[in-house]
Amino acid sequence: MASLMADSASRAAAKIMNRSDLTRRLVAKLGAAEAVIAGIGNCNFDLWASGQRPQNFYMLGSMGLALPIALGVALAQPQRKVFALEGDGSLLMQLGALGTVAAASQRNLAIIVWDNGIYQITGGQKTLTSSGTDLVAIARGAGLANSAWASDEEHFETLVNRALAGDGPWFIAARIDGEKPAGTTERDAAKIRLQFMQGLGASAAVQKVPG
Amino acid sequence: MPADKRAEAWTEIVLRVLKANEVRLVAYVPDNVLAPLISMLHADPYFTVICPAREEEAVAIVSGAYLGGLRGIVLMQTSGFATITNALASLVCPFQIPLLMMISERGTLGDFQLLQAIVCRTMRPVLETLGIEHFSIQRLDDVEFVVDRMVKQAFWTQAPAAMILSPLLTKKDNLDGISHG
Repeated sequence: MASLMADSASRAAAKIMNRSDLTRRLVAKLGAAEAVIAGIGNCNFDLWASGQRPQNFYMLGSMGLALPIALGVALAQPQRKVFALEGDGSLLMQLGALGTVAAASQRNLAIIVWDNGIYQITGGQKTLTSSGTDLVAIARGAGLANSAWASDEEHFETLVNRALAGDGPWFIAARIDGEKPAGTTERDAAKIRLQFMQGLGASAAVQKVPG
Repeated sequence: MPADKRAEAWTEIVLRVLKANEVRLVAYVPDNVLAPLISMLHADPYFTVICPAREEEAVAIVSGAYLGGLRGIVLMQTSGFATITNALASLVCPFQIPLLMMISERGTLGDFQLLQAIVCRTMRPVLETLGIEHFSIQRLDDVEFVVDRMVKQAFWTQAPAAMILSPLLTKKDNLDGISHG
């Protein structure tokens, strides 16, 4: 069954987990066929710390744009499953992107949002999710039917397995704690882009100008 | 006038040049001046056309597509350009992404809205501050040369490019088409 509507654990009932742990669980399931685009800050840092893959793209700025960047990658490489990792604060900046993904019916795209209810990297100020904004409800309202809260680590892995196996778009939300990330990225933007494009086999095709 | 006798419209030239340069993805936020081009792009199966909620989303989608090996372009008007400075400065420029932008210029040469005029004056200073190649297309004769060369240079030099559609191109020979929309 493709729908996640049966997985209707509420935000309040979802276990508070750890981003570094969940990121490692995700990356352990991935091979060279899957791409990951991680948003600014701690999403990036934990993805980096989980083991650098050439199919990872680490955003250094442009808060809120991990999801539309991932949509672009997914449009370019429809045979590849593409994961967007965002924090709650970042996703809240660009909620329209959920509707864009739904309108495109982007089957090879999976969105994972880490929700700790705070702008952790700037000192722990509260985000809107801490006062009742439910990102899974918003995603469903935007047209992403396959949206669910991960109730615990085992359920998170089940949801990721489904996203890997079947057509999306998928939206997986996980409540996380306020622990620091397990590392930090390099800051060389050009190197990050080149490695990612080589990891996707994209560099030669797009750099050859016709005529 | 028979179709084969009239001059090719700027919209037809742009569509043809995008195809010749294998620019297949179009992301836009709508605008009156761009509307006929947008309709033609939607009608042509060569193009994948996405209409996101905001211009910075369009910038990110086209940037991501480039990373994946697909060329694209963002269509917007001047006020839309005013919303994407952070995306240009913290994604496109540092990551050296050859983002193509086509911007219909509002707020000059007879716009009825002061707010469009004020927003318009922010566009070139932002482009120049960020060191982004830009050119205002004013004559139908220039459309093919400018668009083709700017697209090629963007990919050759791994740098973004802004093609500005002046009212001299989009309005001067089409006075009946001026809309206050």
